[in-house]
Parts: sequence; C-alpha cells; structure tokens
Amino acid sequence: MKRWLPLVVFLALAALLLAGVLMNSGKDTSAIASPLIGKPVPAFTLPVLGEPGRSISHEQLRGKPYLLNVWGSWCVNCRDEHPQILALQKSGRIHVVGYNYKDSPEEAQRWLQSFGNPYDVVIADEEGRVALDFGIYGAPESYLVDAQGLIRWKHVGPITDEVLKNEMEPVFAQIGVPAR
Amino acid sequence: MRRWLLALCLCFATLAIAAPPPVSQPLGDARPLVFRDHAEEARFRALTEQLRCVMCQNQSLADSNALIAQDLRREVLGLMRAGKSDEQIKQFLVERYTDFVLYQPRVAPTTWLLWFGPLLLLAAGAFVVTSIVRKHGRGAPPTAPENESQEW
Repeated sequence: MKRWLPLVVFLALAALLLAGVLMNSGKDTSAIASPLIGKPVPAFTLPVLGEPGRSISHEQLRGKPYLLNVWGSWCVNCRDEHPQILALQKSGRIHVVGYNYKDSPEEAQRWLQSFGNPYDVVIADEEGRVALDFGIYGAPESYLVDAQGLIRWKHVGPITDEVLKNEMEPVFAQIGVPAR
Repeated sequence: MRRWLLALCLCFATLAIAAPPPVSQPLGDARPLVFRDHAEEARFRALTEQLRCVMCQNQSLADSNALIAQDLRREVLGLMRAGKSDEQIKQFLVERYTDFVLYQPRVAPTTWLLWFGPLLLLAAGAFVVTSIVRKHGRGAPPTAPENESQEW
C-alpha cells in the first residue's frame, strides 16, 4: 500500500488538472460573463441614429423582448455576424435594436447603407459612457432582453449559426419569442 | 536537431498568432489624463495598478492601451473626483465587469480554496513530515549505542 501512495497522489493531482483543462476547453477565455444576467437593463436615454432630435430610453423598449446588438463601422467582426442578424430581423421574430458603439454617425450610416440595415432601430452611444453601465468592452456583443426589461443572455463575439441554435433559441423559448 | 526544434516553435507561434480576436476595438481618444495635483495622480496610479483591463487580460488598467481601458481610466478619475472611495470605485467596476477586474480576488466562499488552499497543503505537508520524523525517532536511537560498544 505504502509503495503505491506516490502513484495515487500523482494520479489524483493529474485528474484534478485534467478536470481543470476539460472545464475550460472550448470556452472563449477572453469573454467575461455578464454580472447583469437576470437584472434589469441599465437606465439609458440615447439618440436614434439618423433621426436627429429623437431619442430612446430603456423604458420605451420595455413591453416586448428584444435583441440588443452592439456594433460599429470600425468593427471587423461585426460583418461576420451581419447575415445572421439580418435574417433574424427579416424573420420578424424579435425586435432587433442596434447599439452603435463609439462610432461617427456618418460612418455608421454609410456602413448600414453598403451592407444593408439589419436593425429595426439603432441607438447611438458615441462617447461610450452608457456602454460602461452595460459592461460592454468591445464589439460585437449581444444581449437578449425580455418583455419585463430583464437581461436574460449575453454573448461576446459574433453571433454564428451555432450560437443562434444552441444558445439563443433556448432563451427565445423562455422569453416568448415565436419558434421558427 | 536544433533547427527542427526552432521550426516547431515557429509553427506553434504562428498558431498562437493566427487565432483572431473575436471582439474588435473602436478608435479612441488618446489624450492623456490631466491630474489636479501630485496626490491625485499617486492615488489614481495606485488604484489602476490593482485593476485588470477587461480587454487585454494580462495588463492592468494603468498599463493598457486598449480603448476600453482609456474609457475606464477616465471613468475612474471621474469617480475619484466625485468623492468616491477606492472601495466604491472597485465595487462600481465589479458590478459591471465582474470580479474579473480585480487583480486581488475577494475573500468569498467561491475563493476560499484559492486563499486557504496553500495553508491546507502546508498543514498536510507538516503532518507528513512530523509523522515520518516521529517514526524514525522511535526506532533508531536504541540500536546505535549497542553496535558501538561491540565494535570496541
């Protein structure tokens, strides 16, 4: 028994380290989980892109679930998810709100014109101050907000078909977004 | 042999570089912050050294050139001027970006193993060492003098 003790200790340690590796594999380590899941969206009032004088607040968006998608014309990865967002908006299943993050209004509008506008409405946060309240630190980032105004899901990085199918659809079912 | 090793290293290096970051960063405002006095600057530096940049992982908020770090530095300075304590400012960031932003993790049930695990290991090691020393201490001394006297 005594002779095997070092081996047993070694195997236990190896098992512990393997569990650590397995738990973290396949995860994007640069993505920070949002502390806001299950909490109300931060209070904001932001101007609507392309409609001078009009602004939208978190209160006005309450009442139906929506996808809040953070993007900018400077954001290369935002083009990767553009087809998915566009398809989702076209399907009319959920209200899609664009969050134009640290962008110039002219550049943003040019981007929408050249690639197609995948948003029902776009709010603009030029300074990036409200973004801090959301815990945004880059783009693309996406939030699903339910009809009560609670954040139910957050994703850092582009929305791929896999993300849509494996992560968003289950949340859709919970927050009352009609099935495909 | 050495050449092969080098080639292998380079292969791994390109693998590491090739993975593109999933998140982009905007262009930002690179104006340096202006401090009121030396004390404010010292406090700001000390505080931002303890905060971790959310974008760049292994840099502090003080070191990072990421745009979000610039924004957060401005915010931290703004909160300092609004009369918030260091603890309140940390709390502000934790509420938005989780405990990730703290270089020194808080002592909480989820971090007990992290904080007290080393002590536990030390105690286990001490136990093993004392038990070994005791066992040898009991067996060895009586035999030694007998042999010595027989030799002479």
